[in-house]
Amino acid sequence: MSKSIKVVGVGGQGTILLAKILTTVFVEAGYDVKMSEIHGMSQRGGSVSSEIRYGNKVYSPVIEKGDASILVSLEQMEAARNVDYLKKDGVLIVNDYKIHSMVTLNGKIPYPDNILEDLSNRVKTYVIDGTNKAVELGLDKVMNIIMLGALSKVIDLDNLKWEDAIRENVKPQYIDINLKAFKIGLNEVK
Amino acid sequence: MKKILSGNEAVARGVYEASVHFASAYPGTPSTEILQNISTYKHIYAEWAPNEKVALETAIGASIAGGRSFAAMKHVGVNVAADPLFTFAYTGVTGGCVLVTADEPGMHSSQNEQDNRNYAKFAKIPMLEPSNSQESKDMIIDAYELSEKYDSVILFRMTTRVCHSKSLVELGERKEVELIPYKKNFGKYVAIPAIGRKLRHKVEERMNILKEYSEKSKWNYEIDNNSKIGVISSGIAFEYANEAFGDTVSYLKLGFTNPLPANLISDFCDKHEKVYIIEENDPYIEEFAKILGKNVIGKELFPYSGEMTPDVIRRAALSENYKGVELNEDLFVGRPPTFCTGCPHRGFFYELGKKRKKIIVAGDIGCYSLAVGEPYDMMDTLICMGASFSSGHGMQKIMEMKEEDDRRIVTVMGDSTFFHTGINSLINTVYNKGNTINVILDNRITGMTGQQDNPGTGLNLAQETSTIMDIEGIVRAIGIKNIRRVNPNDLQETKDAINWALDLQESSVIITDWPCKLKKRYNDEDFARYDKMWQTKDKVIEDLCTGCKACLRSGCASLIFDPGTKKVSINPNTCVGCDVCLQICPYDAIVKDDKYV
Ligand code: SF4
Ligand code: SF4
Repeated sequence: MSKSIKVVGVGGQGTILLAKILTTVFVEAGYDVKMSEIHGMSQRGGSVSSEIRYGNKVYSPVIEKGDASILVSLEQMEAARNVDYLKKDGVLIVNDYKIHSMVTLNGKIPYPDNILEDLSNRVKTYVIDGTNKAVELGLDKVMNIIMLGALSKVIDLDNLKWEDAIRENVKPQYIDINLKAFKIGLNEVK
Repeated sequence: MKKILSGNEAVARGVYEASVHFASAYPGTPSTEILQNISTYKHIYAEWAPNEKVALETAIGASIAGGRSFAAMKHVGVNVAADPLFTFAYTGVTGGCVLVTADEPGMHSSQNEQDNRNYAKFAKIPMLEPSNSQESKDMIIDAYELSEKYDSVILFRMTTRVCHSKSLVELGERKEVELIPYKKNFGKYVAIPAIGRKLRHKVEERMNILKEYSEKSKWNYEIDNNSKIGVISSGIAFEYANEAFGDTVSYLKLGFTNPLPANLISDFCDKHEKVYIIEENDPYIEEFAKILGKNVIGKELFPYSGEMTPDVIRRAALSENYKGVELNEDLFVGRPPTFCTGCPHRGFFYELGKKRKKIIVAGDIGCYSLAVGEPYDMMDTLICMGASFSSGHGMQKIMEMKEEDDRRIVTVMGDSTFFHTGINSLINTVYNKGNTINVILDNRITGMTGQQDNPGTGLNLAQETSTIMDIEGIVRAIGIKNIRRVNPNDLQETKDAINWALDLQESSVIITDWPCKLKKRYNDEDFARYDKMWQTKDKVIEDLCTGCKACLRSGCASLIFDPGTKKVSINPNTCVGCDVCLQICPYDAIVKDDKYV
């Protein structure tokens, strides 16, 4: 049996680091792991996603629609765009933050305003105030690690060494602030 | 030791363990990271080539001189390298040689979906196809053994998901391989017709011997699950098939796929009541099985295009329907990639856009192809690397035959594309008295693939300083008389240059000169030359903003229009103070933010 976690966001938000830490955590715990992401245009403000699958034996590195147990979205509209990757009983963890696309930026088409309401009515959803909490902490970039903290609580496996994985994947001078961010995220999921 | 590696990283590791001496590549998604990773192993000499043909030719030379050599490129890159490849297939190798082709089923960032397995058959060379990172590493090492044993370059076919997905790899020891002493071998390497005719027979013999090898290759094997249904598959599609069918079917997994093993396939088909061929892109294995007279199920059931992911297989073969959470399409709109805030291409395309009615724009491959989208809508064509100058020249010649249409052709390409194949195209334009306006968007980097160095950046792959190719000098030497170099963030200067070029009745070159925002290495000289580059920010004086939205036509993602207040604001976290919006605003509502000056 393998499980699938999909991480989505907008280019530059830090999905890649989040996925890297997640991958490390599962590898260190002895799972078979596959991780997949599409490179290319990701740095140009487009939608981005990383997919992590773990279990005793994993074949496909990509997640099928309707098969993810958890969807982590670092941005509201990206959650709506990717929610069909979730199983009916899957969990959505979404950062309460909007990033305009070229299409909504000029106000021609409004940014949809009822995303969180619609999604939380249909799926088990945790809305995390990640960006604001990260700014409060003094580094907006650690939003992704706040989301990782929330994710760790939802995954809730005690054989996973989250803090070690963070230490392994971030620059030494940023370890402390990232560990703090992780704890904040952890406490956001009740 | 086990490590989690992408397919690209695993290939690099394999190249290291196989003691390869020489590696070359031109960047191209999804293959770019292979050479970047190779360059982290100090034992391997590696270099960026200006294009794929050159990359392969240098690898051919390295092999002939007695080293193990390597070249990597994306699928369309092999088209560029096809000329040397087909003759190298005849000559064979001295040191082992492997050519990686990274194909793109689903076209995530490519202009077409060609299946390069056909090249192996076409050029008559052996081919390996890994399914995951472990195989990527192990097969590369074996590829060098095969290359030297059977005296042939090996085509190593990867696809996007094999290149970019990560999985666990057992690392091995590096086995030192000595350089082979050079001996002149006229009958092998000088492909004049008399020798070519002899080599042609050698190729046939080699492929016949390899047919036997293919039957017993360790990369071609059966997984018997005691089922009446069989699946034949290769590459990533094998992993997908496993995910979809599990152990409910038996498998014939093919990793050495040119020549294909006729007996293995034949026996496998005979043993099963129903056989699916699961492969991405072309019916490469399927047609082979059908020629053998086997009644297999392939593209009549599975799509001929796109990725053969488990859900696609399930839908086609098992008629399974979607069971997850429903999408609500009212909740999202498109998020196409766009120019970065601070991208120097924006100012240029903003000005060029004003001439829309008078011009036709021939585009090329690179970040500037993003000008196809909102708000620029600027490309009429996009064919392949280096084609803008030449296809534009052809268009201009026809337009000149039309009495009722006097539009001029503007052709655009970047610095890296100019070095790739643009120079030849420009020579053609001058030689044939062309009349196009040719723009070189020089941002001093190969941007689209993730900021690699190129002959114009002054650094090589090893990050040593190197001679900077002088684009203006090259253009002048080719014979272009009308040359202007502009700062694309200076809209007046850019506009003047475009008008000047449109007024000329002969070919011209405009070079835009401002570096890519994402390039990471800048020195003090750069900051002096590109005045206060990225050190300031702009802001909107709210009272002066009329909400006319003129500035939004700059396409900068740092400008946000609030439909409620009907005012524009600038995101201070991302603005880099390029002043393009400031120059556009007709009400002087945008100013330098003195907090940052
Ligand atoms: S161009 Fe000037 S006035 Fe018009 S919307 Fe932009 S900032 Fe406001
Ligand atoms: S100055 Fe204007 S156009 Fe330039 S980066 Fe800032 S907001 Fe964008």
